Amino acid sequence: MKSRSREIVQWQGPSKRYDIVKEFVVALTVVAILTLALSALFSSPDEPSLTIKSWANTSSEDFVLAAATELDGSSPSASYGPPYVAIPGSGQKIGPVNLQALAGVRTPVNSANAFVIDPLRAWPNPSSSLTFALGAWARASPDQQQQWASAYVQALGETKQLKATGAADKYGPVPELTSSLLVMAKSGALDGVVALGSNFYQTNYTHSLLFMGDGTYLEDAAVKQNLGGDQSGMMNETGSYPGQAWLWLYTFWYQIPPFSNEATTIGANADAVVWGIMMLLSLLLLLVPFLPGIRSIPRWIPLYRIIWRQWYRNHPMPGK
Amino acid sequence: MSTTKSVGQTPSTLWTARLRNKFFGGLPPERLLPDKQPAYVASWIYVFGVLTIASLLIIIASGVWLSFEGPLWWHTSNVGHFVNSIHFWSVQLFFFSMAIHLWGKFWMSAWRGGRSRTWMTGVLAFLASIGTAFTGYLVQTNFDSQWIASEAKDGLNSVGIGAWFNVLNVGQALLLHVAALPLIVGLITIIHVLQVRRRGVVPPVGFEDSSGDAA
Ligand code: HEM
Repeated sequence: MKSRSREIVQWQGPSKRYDIVKEFVVALTVVAILTLALSALFSSPDEPSLTIKSWANTSSEDFVLAAATELDGSSPSASYGPPYVAIPGSGQKIGPVNLQALAGVRTPVNSANAFVIDPLRAWPNPSSSLTFALGAWARASPDQQQQWASAYVQALGETKQLKATGAADKYGPVPELTSSLLVMAKSGALDGVVALGSNFYQTNYTHSLLFMGDGTYLEDAAVKQNLGGDQSGMMNETGSYPGQAWLWLYTFWYQIPPFSNEATTIGANADAVVWGIMMLLSLLLLLVPFLPGIRSIPRWIPLYRIIWRQWYRNHPMPGK
Repeated sequence: MSTTKSVGQTPSTLWTARLRNKFFGGLPPERLLPDKQPAYVASWIYVFGVLTIASLLIIIASGVWLSFEGPLWWHTSNVGHFVNSIHFWSVQLFFFSMAIHLWGKFWMSAWRGGRSRTWMTGVLAFLASIGTAFTGYLVQTNFDSQWIASEAKDGLNSVGIGAWFNVLNVGQALLLHVAALPLIVGLITIIHVLQVRRRGVVPPVGFEDSSGDAA
């Protein structure tokens, strides 16, 4: 059998008594007391969740516009690309590599059906106009649906009204569909339908969160709390609590050009590029002991002399 | 050859004996729980490793308490909110201690003398802790989780991870947060600390020859 190639060299020089168990118990006590004190003094943040109901009630226009964009396919979720929607050529790239597309559509989401049409179909006793609108939508060709919905999205954008008026044939059944959905959402009935689908148990909020993210309601609430992506929001917390300070480097990149400028290639692919950078930096951190130059920094800036000053006071550097 | 001395050396083809030799050969009791330390172990910086362990234990204890009551309990119960605060603040102390520990070990170039793997398990502990904290933020089931999930999905999707780890699926995040990830952080931490005990604390720069004598 081959002998142990790397004998462990133990320190042969001067030693002293040292009670690591006692050190541990003291540390645990100190941390316990400190945590209890911080908890008692400062509590912890708990901002209640937003609901589709609160969205529809406080930002009806935003809600209706989002619903219309689900129908014409221009909402963020409907035009997302993988992993939700198969859209050729979509997905962020790191250089030539499109990992997003490579991973594929693993969580298929049909925004129009999941957030608008299916919930409206679940309405227990629909009005005749809603039944008629759903029928008209179902009978129309995808092109026709898209035309109606796009025209309506444009009209809503221009009028900033809850319900654009004008030539009814231009919008088809879309105004009826979105305003019915608004009624349903205001009552709170939509929260359950969007989240649950046909399940009894619910642990997956992909649909609810994607739908809510298609309006500006969620983001507006976040920006008000300084949680926006370009506000270093990743390391901020609701209220004035400390956030995820350890994400400072990750969020840092989003604050500076070219990452912050969506007009540049890097900016448009910032999520993927920043992820790539962070993976690379993590790998470098892992390999610090082997990186020439980096591993010598502590020798060039000899803070170790302060850390071990007691030792060096009595033990001059060998060879000096 | 005395029996105690040979523990680490007994040549054997048995898997059991090889595992035992590998483990206890490098970690006899007096190395696992030494009552002496080299004279140079005299600095506040050494406290931050053990403070990190202490914070981790409080995180685990408060986390187990929270899990007994279920993920929504803390929104409606005062006791629950307090236990959540303990969980929250011990996490802050954990990362604070770990960051100082990391920088301390960097400036001590504590990877010298065959300790590079100790550094590497440390980095892995750091990365795994970030993952664990992140899933923790996702399972708060409040506005913060909604927003963090909504934002983070873009980052994860952009590199394909989102196809498997869907941050909008709170059930997935919850199970990872209370099962797999703490297990991983715990195991890495145990390995990390055993690595330190195996080789002993790194000597000051210039004293790597272990004799302790100034030339
Ligand atoms: C879960 C997180 C961690 C825990 C609980 C932990 C705990 C400890 C403890 C208790 C020690 C021995 C006492 C001391 O020197 O402070 C130690 C040593 C060490 N740690 Fe960590 N650590 C963690 C993360 C890290 C990180 C992130 C790094 C660096 C990237 C790191 C690098 C080291 C090194 C190189 C040593 C050996 C020091 C020596 O030989 O003097 N550790 N760690």
